[in-house]
This record gives sequence, C-alpha cells and structure tokens, in this order.
Amino acid sequence: MAKPTTPRASSAKAQAAAPAAGADHNRPRPETPTDYEASKEELLDFYKQMVLIRRFEEKAGQLYGLGLIGGFCHLYIGQEAVAVGIQSALKPGKDSVITGYRDHGHMLAYGIDPKIIMAELTGREAGISRGKGGSMHMFSVEHKFYGGHGIVGAQVSLGAGLGFAHKYNDDGGVCVAYFGDGAANQGQVYEAFNMAELWKLPIIFVIENNQYAMGTSVNRASSEDQLYRRGESFRIPGIQVNGMDVLAVRGATEEALKWVQGGNGPILLEMKTYRYRGHSMSDPAKYRSREEVQSMRDNSDPIEGVKKYLIEAGVSEDEIKSIDQDIRKTVSEAADFAETSPEPDMAELYTDVLVEQY
Amino acid sequence: MGIAIKMPALSPTMEEGTLAKWLVKEGDEVKSGDILAEIETDKATMEFEAVDEGKIGKIMVAEGSEGVKVGTVIAEMAGEGGEDAAPAPKADESAPPAKAEASPDAPKKPESGTANLAAEIKPAVQDPAIPEGTEFVKTTVREALRDAMAEEMRKDERVFVMGEEVAEYQGAYKVTQGLLDEFGPKRVIDTPITEYGFAGVGTGAAMGGLRPVIEFMTFNFAMQAIDHIINSAAKTNYMSGGQMRCPIVFRGPNGAASRVGAQHSQNYGPWYASVPGLIVIAPYDAADAKGLLKAAIRSEDPVVFLENELVYGRSFDVPKLDDYVLPIGKARIMKPGKDVTLVSYSIGVGVALEAAETLAGEGIDAEVIDLRTLRPLDTDTVLESLKKTNRIVVVEEGWPTCSIASEIAAVVMEKGFDDLDAPVLRVTNEDVPLPYAANLEKAALIDAARVVEAAKKVCYK
Repeated sequence: MAKPTTPRASSAKAQAAAPAAGADHNRPRPETPTDYEASKEELLDFYKQMVLIRRFEEKAGQLYGLGLIGGFCHLYIGQEAVAVGIQSALKPGKDSVITGYRDHGHMLAYGIDPKIIMAELTGREAGISRGKGGSMHMFSVEHKFYGGHGIVGAQVSLGAGLGFAHKYNDDGGVCVAYFGDGAANQGQVYEAFNMAELWKLPIIFVIENNQYAMGTSVNRASSEDQLYRRGESFRIPGIQVNGMDVLAVRGATEEALKWVQGGNGPILLEMKTYRYRGHSMSDPAKYRSREEVQSMRDNSDPIEGVKKYLIEAGVSEDEIKSIDQDIRKTVSEAADFAETSPEPDMAELYTDVLVEQY
Repeated sequence: MGIAIKMPALSPTMEEGTLAKWLVKEGDEVKSGDILAEIETDKATMEFEAVDEGKIGKIMVAEGSEGVKVGTVIAEMAGEGGEDAAPAPKADESAPPAKAEASPDAPKKPESGTANLAAEIKPAVQDPAIPEGTEFVKTTVREALRDAMAEEMRKDERVFVMGEEVAEYQGAYKVTQGLLDEFGPKRVIDTPITEYGFAGVGTGAAMGGLRPVIEFMTFNFAMQAIDHIINSAAKTNYMSGGQMRCPIVFRGPNGAASRVGAQHSQNYGPWYASVPGLIVIAPYDAADAKGLLKAAIRSEDPVVFLENELVYGRSFDVPKLDDYVLPIGKARIMKPGKDVTLVSYSIGVGVALEAAETLAGEGIDAEVIDLRTLRPLDTDTVLESLKKTNRIVVVEEGWPTCSIASEIAAVVMEKGFDDLDAPVLRVTNEDVPLPYAANLEKAALIDAARVVEAAKKVCYK
C-alpha cells in the first residue's frame, strides 16, 4: 500500500532540480521533477539496498587493507542514493545500464548476489567475471548491466551504442550511462552527446558529480562547473538533482524516463553527490579537509536521510536494527565466500580470449 | 598558340577516366570557372572546370570515350586574347628573377611511388576452397566488399553499416555504393566526423546484440578510435569471463595511398595484430575480400578488416557462388614454387607475384603465400612451405620494426630453424614517415625489384 511521505526541508548543500539558465525556452523541456512519493515498502527496499552497498564497500575496504583485494578499488560510499534511486525506476532485462570503474554499487542495486561480486574483487573463480575482470570490470548481461569500464569516459560512447541498439531493435528500452565529473571533461562524451541527440537515442546520461576527479575539484577542472548545462549546446536538456536524497534521485529519473520514452531523445541528469572515501584505496585524500567530509556525513548522509523517512513512515528503530543486522550477516558471508573460494583454474588463462576457434 | 586542355587527375589514385560529356562545343567562349565537361572516375562523376578564359578550339576526345589517360590532351583552347588569356603573374621586382624554364631534370608529371605497388598480377592458382567448375565473374575489390556487406545485410537484420559518408555520398571511396538505396537510412548510417565517438557507439551496439560494420574513411583516422577497438572491443569477452561478446567489424582502407603524405599513409596491420582478442584480416584480391568480409561479419569476435585503397579499383575473378565465405586464419598459396617462399599480405601480394614472375625468368621458382589473416597467423602454411623451399623472404608494405615480417622471422626461427638454408630477409618500406615528394615516396616504398634482389640473395645467386 502506497503511502506518501511527509514533505521535508530540502538539503542545505545541493540544490533541488533547477532548469538550465539561458536555455532556449522555445524548445520543449522536461518538467521540473518532484520528489518521488515512495511507499513504506519501497522506502524499506531503498534503505536495504543502500545499507547493503555501504556495508559491502566498507568490507571491501577492509579486505583491500588485508591484501585480499588487489589493484585499483574504488568505493561508492556516500553515493548510494544515486544508483539505488535511478535503478529502482528501471526495468532490469529491458533497460540497460553502463558505468565506469566505480561499479560495485550499481551491481548491488540490481540485486546481483554480493558473494559473486566480492569473489570478483578477490579474483576468484566464482567471481562474476571468473576472476578475470576485477573490481573495475564486472558485467551482468542477464540484467543488461554492461559494465564496469576502466577507461574514463568510454562508457558514455558505449552507452550511446546501447541506446542505439534499443532504438534499432525498437524494444522500448532506455540506456542509463553513468559517468563522473572527471569524465565529463573527456572529448568523446561530447561526440556521444552529439550523435545521441542527432539520432534521438533513448539514453539518460547521468553525471555522478562527487565533486572530485581523483584529487581535482570540479571548479579547478571545469570552465562550466554547473555540469547539468554541459548538454545544452547539443540541445540535451539538463537537470541538477540532489544526489544525496534517494527520493529526489528517483523523482528526477521518473521525469527523465518520461522524456526519453516520449521519443524526445537523450536527457542529462547531474547528480550532486559526495564520496566519503578517497578516489581509490590508494588515495590519501589530502586535497580536502577532514571537516568537509565530516560535515557531509553529518548533514547530508543519504542513508540517514532514508532512515528519517522510515521513522516518519512508522517503521520502528528495532525493525531498522534488525535490517542492519541481516545486512551485516549477508556482507560477512560474502566476504567469507570471497576469501575461501578457489582462485581460477590455470586453464582459464587461455579461455575467453576469442569466442570462436579459427 | 592555343592552350592544351588535358585530362585531369581528379583523385590521388586516378590514372584514367571516362570523358562522359562535353558541356561546351567548339567555338564557345568560356571563362574561368565554367564547367567544360563531366568526367567519370571509378569513384564518382566529377565536373571539370575551365581555368583560363578563351574560345574552345578543337575538341580532340569525343564524349563517351573510356579509358582516357590522365594528361591526354582532350581539347585546345584558342589563345585569342594572347596574354589576356592566361596572364602570367608579374614578377615582383624586388624578388630574385624567376627561372625562365624549369630545370630539364625536373619530372614533368612526377610518378607516385605507389605505381610500383600497382602490379595487376593475378594469383597463379585458384583457391582450393572454390569447387571445380565454378563460374567466375570479373569484379573489382570495391564491388566485392560491397557485395559482401549487402549479402550479409540481407541475411541478418542485426547487421548495419555506419561511418562517415557511407550513406548519401555512397562512400568516400564508393565501397558502400548502393547500400542506402537497398537497406535505407536505419541500416546505412552517416555519422558526423567523430571517429572516437562512433567507434564507441558501434562497440556499444555490438555489446547490446547488434552486428555493426564500422567504416573508417581510412585507418589513419581510426587512431582517434583505437581506444575503443582495443580497450572496449578486444578485451570485453576476456574481462567478462566470456559473458559479454562484441561481434563488430571495423573496416576501411589501410596502408600507403598515393602522394598523400605521412599522416594518411600507414599500415596498421602490425599494431592490431599484436592485440589478443582481435581478429585482423588484410585481403589482397577481390574473391578474398568478399569471402573474408562475409566471414568477418559473421564472426562472434571483433574484427579489424584492413583494405587497401590502391587495389579497390582492380578487377579479379570472384566465384559465382550463392554464399562464398572463407575461413578466417588460413593463408593461401597464390603461386606454388620450390626454390624460395615469398610471404606477404594485402597489396604486398601483388608485388610478390610480380617479383615471382621476374624470378621465374631467371630460373628461380618462387612460392607466393598470401597470409590473408594477420591474427591468428597461419604459421603452419608458412612452415610447410619452408620445408619445401628452405628460404623465406617476407614482403610487407609497412615499416620494418615490430612488423608482421619481424613476427614471421621470429616464428620461423623458433619453429623452422632446421629447415632454413639462409637467413629470413624482410623487404619492407623504409623506416621513415612516408614522404610526399614523388621520388622520395618511391624510394620509401617496396617494389618488385627489391623482392627479386632479396630472393636471389637467399638463393645465393
């Protein structure tokens, strides 16, 4: 049974949806989105998914520290509301999703078993890529989740290709291509914008603006730091969204889907968000103050936000605690599984290079 | 004295054309910029404009004439106004006096170095893959490639062609001619000039289940897109543990064209052939172009398909079969022989065949192998031939360092050392960016004479 949440004060830091200044008002534009009115069940689902991502990532951080996860490992802590808010609005198996290397959260938001994700991080046979992809290269074609790409910005052109395939097959699907504020300065992003709008491809471009491209803040790297405007010269409307609020994210996604499914071509959502951890595990994050991070945690934490809505919706503290405990158990089982499963068979070295025999 | 109007060269590789139509007649007054005639090349019909003012005198080549060589006088313009007809630029008095006449050794029309690559030599033996009694049709490489795409598009709705000028313009090199008419704009798609972007769009579409054929106007421009070819397309299947495929063909002309300078003249065969996860094909004749492109489109793996602009217009026998598909990864013996093995691919095969003819006249019986696929490389065919001839020369229109020739030399040393009676020699382009000047270009590119010399050397003759 759907129960609208009570209205609440908007976040102090990130502004709610704002139309692009100086936009050409003769062209039709998407409506200004409103916050999604979630039922209690939906709120519980959002909460569970977001807490699962948080606990999973914390565990991944620990395993990295123990040397069980190698290479690069980019955590999603702080950004949970974005993947959960967006993907809860999509139809898995019909709509497609593609992202960069910070991809654990997007997979968990699709309900993919945390065990096989964690086992990929530890490079085990049971991992979703049989241990051959690692943290940055995970895929689930079954869910139409196309990765997991390590080259900054590549997923934007590839996503336009997925949108192209939706249109070519006339399957009614929409592609969501996530990228960061750093990738937003890659040239190919604009090549993809141009073609996507020219051919009216069904794609939602999502900039997860977590304020720092590795160590460089947005305004040190971007002449136009209001990234939702970045599509305007291609006639792609942009909306800035409070990415720390799952209901704002979901509300904007509903509006974006309406726009794209209406045959209007692509749309750009700028999710103002924040990562609490470094760019990757090897980043000491000296480019920002501890106070800045603490202030985001205290005032804008996306999980605390949902918790508040849950209590307002009549969910008891005990119920929330019991969810938390279940999730801790799930994550610790995933970690055990990932630590104890065998490494890939040596024969796997030579498999999957090519599909066919020549 | 009148001004001679000569058959113009309307593209870097044009050697002759058809004088389709005169738009002026004898006695007409023309001024510069007026259209004199329409000239058909193998790629397009072009308008030919007057450069000078004057009266058309005699028309020497009638309209409808085919095979008119570039430089042939096609009409004369009466120099009616004397100096007015073609005013010579006045020399600036402060400038040093201009040389009145060109130096006698300066070439009048410098011949491109690629002329040495243009051997019209056909394979000496038929591909054993073709059944006995098959009828053959003379087909250009250009048409064979188009036919391959059209046949596969008819068979499989998922196949589409995307690239710059592939649709309405009918292909920058006319390879996609007619495809738009038959398949419409949904499946034959003009892109903006945006190689990185459309290579990514194609790769993403392949991940999403389609079968893209991505045309690069030339592979030189694919350098902007090489990230998607290698990082996105080639590695996907492996990184996903076999979960996500990327069946895509990247195709277009590769290697030196004629007089286009260093940035437009490069053989990327060795680059792509070094990448696990890719299939790399570089055919020579029209039959292979057709049979291998069809195989490439059907492959579940990403394919880099390297064509050559200089052979687009050459005609070869193509078997008249409903569905002519060749195996990927199999070399072909183009001419059997017993004294020395010449290994090559793409345009180098013509040079090797020409050299084999010369060698035959000198009593050396050369075997010519066309590798056809550069990855995976058919080393068995090369090693089998070596057992017979005990001598190998690799002929490659490309740089020597880290080349396919280097790779063949390494493989032969590792696996055929005991069969060698002489060191493996490489005949490749010079190790320099391709120069523009005709004489330098000629010196930089391979030719049959160099192959003959190397073959004699390994035969100790």
